[in-house]
Amino acid sequence: MGLESITFYIFSAILVGSAVLVVSLRNPVFCALALVLAFFTSAGLWILLEAEFLALTLILVYVGAVMVLFLFVVMMLDINLAVLREGFTRYLPFGLGVAIVLVAQLALIVGPENFGLEAMPKPEPHAADYSNTKEIGRVLYTVYLYPFELAAVILVVAIIAAISLTLRRRRKKQTMTPEDQVNVRSKDRVRLVKMASSNRSGSSASNKNE
Amino acid sequence: MTAITNYFKSLILVELFRGLVLTGKYFFRKKITVQYPEEKTPMSPRFRGLHAQRRYPNGEERCIACKLCEAVCPALAITIDLEERDDGTRRTTRYDIDLTKCIFCGFCEESCPVDAIVETRHFEYHGENRDDLYMTKEKLLAVGDKMEKQIAADRAADAPFR
Amino acid sequence: MIEAIESALDFLPAGLVTLIIIVGKILVLVLPLMGAVAYLTLAERKVIGYMQVRIGPNRVGPRGLLQPIADAVKLMFKETIFPAKANRFLFISGPILTLAPALAAWAVVPFDDGLVISNIDASLLYILAMTSLGVYGVIIAGWASNSKYAFLGALRSAAQIVSYEIAMGFALVGVLVAAGSLNLGEIVEAQRGSLGIINWYMIPLLPLFIVYFIAGVAETNRAPFDVAEGESEIVAGFHVEYSSMTFSIFFLAEYANMILIALLTALLFLGGWLSPLHGVLPASLLEGEGVLALLLGDGIHWLLAKTSFFLFLFLWFRATFPRYRYDQIMRLGWKIFIPITIVWLLVAAAMVVWKIGPWFN
Repeated sequence: MGLESITFYIFSAILVGSAVLVVSLRNPVFCALALVLAFFTSAGLWILLEAEFLALTLILVYVGAVMVLFLFVVMMLDINLAVLREGFTRYLPFGLGVAIVLVAQLALIVGPENFGLEAMPKPEPHAADYSNTKEIGRVLYTVYLYPFELAAVILVVAIIAAISLTLRRRRKKQTMTPEDQVNVRSKDRVRLVKMASSNRSGSSASNKNE
Repeated sequence: MTAITNYFKSLILVELFRGLVLTGKYFFRKKITVQYPEEKTPMSPRFRGLHAQRRYPNGEERCIACKLCEAVCPALAITIDLEERDDGTRRTTRYDIDLTKCIFCGFCEESCPVDAIVETRHFEYHGENRDDLYMTKEKLLAVGDKMEKQIAADRAADAPFR
Repeated sequence: MIEAIESALDFLPAGLVTLIIIVGKILVLVLPLMGAVAYLTLAERKVIGYMQVRIGPNRVGPRGLLQPIADAVKLMFKETIFPAKANRFLFISGPILTLAPALAAWAVVPFDDGLVISNIDASLLYILAMTSLGVYGVIIAGWASNSKYAFLGALRSAAQIVSYEIAMGFALVGVLVAAGSLNLGEIVEAQRGSLGIINWYMIPLLPLFIVYFIAGVAETNRAPFDVAEGESEIVAGFHVEYSSMTFSIFFLAEYANMILIALLTALLFLGGWLSPLHGVLPASLLEGEGVLALLLGDGIHWLLAKTSFFLFLFLWFRATFPRYRYDQIMRLGWKIFIPITIVWLLVAAAMVVWKIGPWFN
């Protein structure tokens, strides 16, 4: 067994193990961290397949940004586990059914006839000057241009929808706008008025009247 | 118009650069650090450091146990007990200053009618437990005996302003 | 030199020799880096002291030069305190996860033409990926400390790092559009030209350069973007519960990241190891074997000088600017930096397409 297959099996073992931990751990923070580990090891597997661009993007996008926000939310949750575990047996048959259907579907599609070694042979090792990144860019902007742009449009729509759904305009807005704060000049706030001086007795008399 | 100029001013970070220039200038300024144990700053004769009890030149302690200092002390750091001595004078049997309470305001010195309790220039004292910082009458008198020359000189220097 | 070591070790199996050489390279990089980190702390205290008309540490060793060593020894001999009910495993892994990516990113950083541990094709992407991992250490440390201050600091830091990563990424996209490569060495070589400084990317990509460096300051949680450890509100932020070695590992990671950002800025925008004297002095002075040519020509010393300049800027910023308010940081990142970078990305792309000289012809 070469170094490559040893690495593959180590990474796969960690990947499967962490994937199991994602669904089996009690504490949601640990689940999220196990998911991070799963992403990381799958990135390692992709690098074994010489897909370094995709692997690094996986780390950058999923591990570096998406999972951080996930953790962010999960850490602030106060989950009552007892309530969550209520009715476990009641939902068990239904859950098992869904799981079986899912696994069957996956097996049908990702089975050996579609993804076996005959259908998907091991990629040819490329020369050192071969650039994965360039290749992906070329394919993405020629063959798959329309799907790519479509995906971009859908994402933009999703962003706008998310913002418009969550945007609440409070009537009493207390936020400050730094631009206004920075741009304030002294003459906007203070008005210097020239006044004639008056003698003391007159001013004290007027004070008494008040 | 000012809005536009302000916009560009903030965009090219004018104010931030101005701040950087200021600290940059200070970077090359002469440093004013006093290297403490070797160098010391000048000290006023009014400096309020460690307390001391003074004596008259004939060796008699000055304090007459009038308790003015005890009354004026804002930190309640002073405790005084007294008795009448055989010669009919009023003297303390106990005069304690708890330095852990003292705030070194100098009111005791101000209130003293006979200049008995004074604050000296000595500030580099230390204690390894709390008792060391509890000044009894004996300790205070010992400090006074040791520093009398300096104390007298300081009072003389400050006398024209009193 | 590497060939010499290989031939000296040829009685060992080939795999082992490769391993030894790789480990050797890593040690040659990491040990000076740790030294630089230690002395950067001294430089920081000295520089900030000088700007505050003080003289900074000067008691340990001549002119305070042994201060970092004294600090390190002190930290090592202190007790590591575990907060009550803190998760021990995560509490320990927090600092490790902060330091590991900070050091891993150095694997692809070139110091001179070909002087790099691993010359991979997508090195810029790799560095971006590694720096984005550093936030995990912060989050985990904050959460595992079982402390409100630490947790708040971790949240602030995470939100800040994720926000500024976008602007930083866009700035990098501008550089790789200009250079046409993801490889750091090729990016530096793309800035080579007969005009010296004018050829560097800091001129055509000036807004991206500024955005990148400021985003880098924010990314490393340094002043004026250090709300994550804003001592006036949350004591020390995410590392408030850490002591002794665990604390110093956070420190090491922060300073290693600072050096990395400074070095990357020098590589990406200031022509890395290229000499600024191209175009000023005749080319015959800059090439050849003489001492003068070695000094004035391209070389690692120029890269280190540029890096030192940016490190000085880090310290200068800290001595000058008051801490930003949290909403100001978010506004700066999302509403100013990202639009600027996107606009300049288009400008850069246009410059490349139309071959605007002297950079892109």
